[in-house]
Amino acid sequence: MTSATLGGLVGAALVGLGLYGLIAKPQPLRKILAFNLMGSGVFLVFGIVARKGAAAGLQADPVPQAMVITGIVVAFAASALAVNLVLRLFEAAGQATLSRDAWAKLPDDGAGPV
Amino acid sequence: MRVDSSAIAATAGGGLLALPILLPVVGVLLSFLIGGRRAEWIALVLMPVELAVAVAIACLVWRSGEPLVYTLAGYTPPLGIALRADGFSAVMLVTAGLIAPAAALFARASFASPRGTEKRAPLVFWTLLQGIQAALSVIFLGADLFNLYVGLELLTFAAVPLVCLDGRPETLAAALRYLLFALFGSVFYLLGVALLYGAYGTLDIALLAPLIRPQPAVWLAAALMTAGLLAKTALFPLHLWLPSAHANAPAAASAVLSGLVVKGSFFLVVRLWFDVLASLPGVVPGTILAALGSAAILFGSVLALRQERLKMLIAYSTVAQIGYLFLMFPLSRGPWAADAFSGGVMQASSHAFAKAAMFLSAGLIAESLGHDRIAELGGAARAMPATFLALGLGGLSLMGLPPSGGFVAKWLLMKASIACGQWVWAVVMAAGGLLAGGYLYRVLAPAVSGESPLLQKRPARSRESVALALALVAVLLAFAPPGFFAFLQIGRPAAGLALQ
Amino acid sequence: MSVLQALDIGLALLVFAVAAWTIFARGAFAATVGYVVYGLLLSLVWIRLFAVDVALTEAAIGSGVTGILLIGAAARLRGGETAGDERSLSGAARLFTAGLCILVALALAGVVLLLPDQGPSLARQSMQNLAETGLGNPVTAVLIAYRSFDTMLEKVVLVLAVVGVWSLAADRYWGGAPGEARAARPEPTLAFLAQVLAPLGILVGVHIFWVGADEPGGAFQGGAILAAMWMIVMMARLTEAPQTNAFWLRLALVAGPLVFLAAGVAGSIFAGGFFAYPPWLAKPAILFIETFMVLSIAVTLPMLVAGPPRREPRQ
Repeated sequence: MTSATLGGLVGAALVGLGLYGLIAKPQPLRKILAFNLMGSGVFLVFGIVARKGAAAGLQADPVPQAMVITGIVVAFAASALAVNLVLRLFEAAGQATLSRDAWAKLPDDGAGPV
Repeated sequence: MRVDSSAIAATAGGGLLALPILLPVVGVLLSFLIGGRRAEWIALVLMPVELAVAVAIACLVWRSGEPLVYTLAGYTPPLGIALRADGFSAVMLVTAGLIAPAAALFARASFASPRGTEKRAPLVFWTLLQGIQAALSVIFLGADLFNLYVGLELLTFAAVPLVCLDGRPETLAAALRYLLFALFGSVFYLLGVALLYGAYGTLDIALLAPLIRPQPAVWLAAALMTAGLLAKTALFPLHLWLPSAHANAPAAASAVLSGLVVKGSFFLVVRLWFDVLASLPGVVPGTILAALGSAAILFGSVLALRQERLKMLIAYSTVAQIGYLFLMFPLSRGPWAADAFSGGVMQASSHAFAKAAMFLSAGLIAESLGHDRIAELGGAARAMPATFLALGLGGLSLMGLPPSGGFVAKWLLMKASIACGQWVWAVVMAAGGLLAGGYLYRVLAPAVSGESPLLQKRPARSRESVALALALVAVLLAFAPPGFFAFLQIGRPAAGLALQ
Repeated sequence: MSVLQALDIGLALLVFAVAAWTIFARGAFAATVGYVVYGLLLSLVWIRLFAVDVALTEAAIGSGVTGILLIGAAARLRGGETAGDERSLSGAARLFTAGLCILVALALAGVVLLLPDQGPSLARQSMQNLAETGLGNPVTAVLIAYRSFDTMLEKVVLVLAVVGVWSLAADRYWGGAPGEARAARPEPTLAFLAQVLAPLGILVGVHIFWVGADEPGGAFQGGAILAAMWMIVMMARLTEAPQTNAFWLRLALVAGPLVFLAAGVAGSIFAGGFFAYPPWLAKPAILFIETFMVLSIAVTLPMLVAGPPRREPRQ
């Protein structure tokens, strides 16, 4: 089993795991963790593609590698925004939850913002 | 199949294509850097320039009859990145180029930057509004699938904080939900991109299209990318995040979110299926998309009927109207392909104007009455006639009544669906139109009769005019000359979605 | 089966096991720590895939800075976890979701395994054009030359992320500094660590950035290390977090994308196209742009972790 094949299997497994966590775990922070996991699985798929594109004296195609680097930075920025949203939500409401029942107890926001 | 190298060679005047992206980026960076009042000035100065550039691009595309192409950094695809403007791109660029400044003008009153110390909400609003424009330009002009991914991320990051701009817990939760759905969408889209690169070694749309074969990697990539984009476009059943996010944002933000932001990911679904995957047998995927669209129309309209707040009603109406967009997919083959395509584009554009007008009007109503509860809107139209006229004209387009862009869109789609023998979509559209009539009647009928209520605040004439102007554009789209529909076909491959 | 293959399989299993633990562990804090471990293991996987630049980025940003972010959040949310009963999905829904995810994973595995071994690749084209960029590292060439537009837009994404995070502040704190208002006395052990580590880290960071033109490394990796050093120094309270209305901070945040943009526009005048480099000036221009990119990254990442302003602005 080459490292590329293994990497592909691991990547696929991580995408499946991450997707499950994103959908099934109720706490937002766990969802963010799962999203990161899923993202890294996708990056691994890019990595397999890069490895399979080894040519011209290079061990891996540099274009997918560059895409992964871009993706890692973007994923971090997304996590930062999401985490700060969760923390702010926790601060403002005393609970970090996305379930609609929790909001049913809040006063009706009649006008809403303009 | 021979690769058509003319598809990736830069065309004359192509350098113009970088401007709709670079100008708002400059705006974002300078607004953030300089801050204060100047952030607003920078935005208001750059937006007309961006509109002018969009119109110039449209003129160039019209005159040459060919899409405009530009390669960046001097490297041609597949190694480099290209920008490409076809008829559809140009129309969406101009739509965004008109709606964004309209929202900006409307927002001047709510997000006025005070003299002296910088305030949070105005700076964030003016910076992110320009961010949305930059992102949409990347999406409308990008010809490289990974570049489009970066554009999608740009759009998400610019749009999400606008939802929770007022800091209330409900809007924070709505923003978080929106972000999570959007991130799910990005990851799935990116995974599809990885598979396509792995299969063909290029991500340029023009280079990829002739190489596509119906193999497992392509089908999986198509499914993943479409699912991701549908989550961002809030198509049923992935629409759960939209109503609370759009209804609770500030009015100008809601106008841009419902009018423009969701059209960005929809634009990419069209790019994907009509340009990249055009050689795949499109019957089954097209039917699935239209089925989901039909569910969206019926579900969204019925839920809109049950809403108590005006803004929530308008938001659910967005869920429904997005469904119409996806009816163009199974109809895009044979002699009616052009009509179906035009119908879809017209729906995208007219809905953008109509919905923006409606959200701005709803904002004025909420501000003037102190609330937006539908049950208590009795007689309000007498107190604010211009506002309710804008609301009504926007509603006209939503219902698909003549004269309006919405009518032309739905008529084209109905014509195509009947001619193709797929009657069911026509039935769904008719039902959707009736339901839309229902929920609009709920709002407008009591508003025009009864005692006019006491207004807490008179709506400013200029803001009413902006809402009215947008609604009028939605109506005037009905008078688009046949040349407009020919323009939309510039850059379309001849066969539309393959019939197999 | 060779030793290397056995190690590879072991690594793959370990990565999967830690990932599964991250998803299924009971407490968020435990899961987050698991994620940091997972990230470090993943860096090893990247090295086995011969993608050293990616391994560096994953270790520095994917595991390192993201880990600091998530652990800090998990610690702050600890109280709220037991409060407010989280409605978990019903058993049937969970089973359905699990089935769906397994299906996706299997489909993906199948497709990936079916990809041809000598697949289509842009490696040849990257190497052919490398000479005119003056660089020795093809990944850096892709990032700052061939696909520079993507990288420039990504820097703008970072700026928007900062705006988004700062937008979460309460109105009265706008312009102030992030982080809790607390005593300014440095914490002794952390302070010692910071004083030893920071100068070293700064050297390493600058080196990795500079060497990235020809060897594995680059602006993102170097910038992330510098960012980590600043975070350590801030956490040890040797220095205060800056005010968000400070002009120098905003300048540092936008310098990267702004310089990149200016270079791109200059390219249209001097090199015949937006974001093109004149061949005789390519390497110096690239290093010039990267210098400001490093500055922006080093400042942006800590600001994203620090969060929205929480103190009143001082005049």
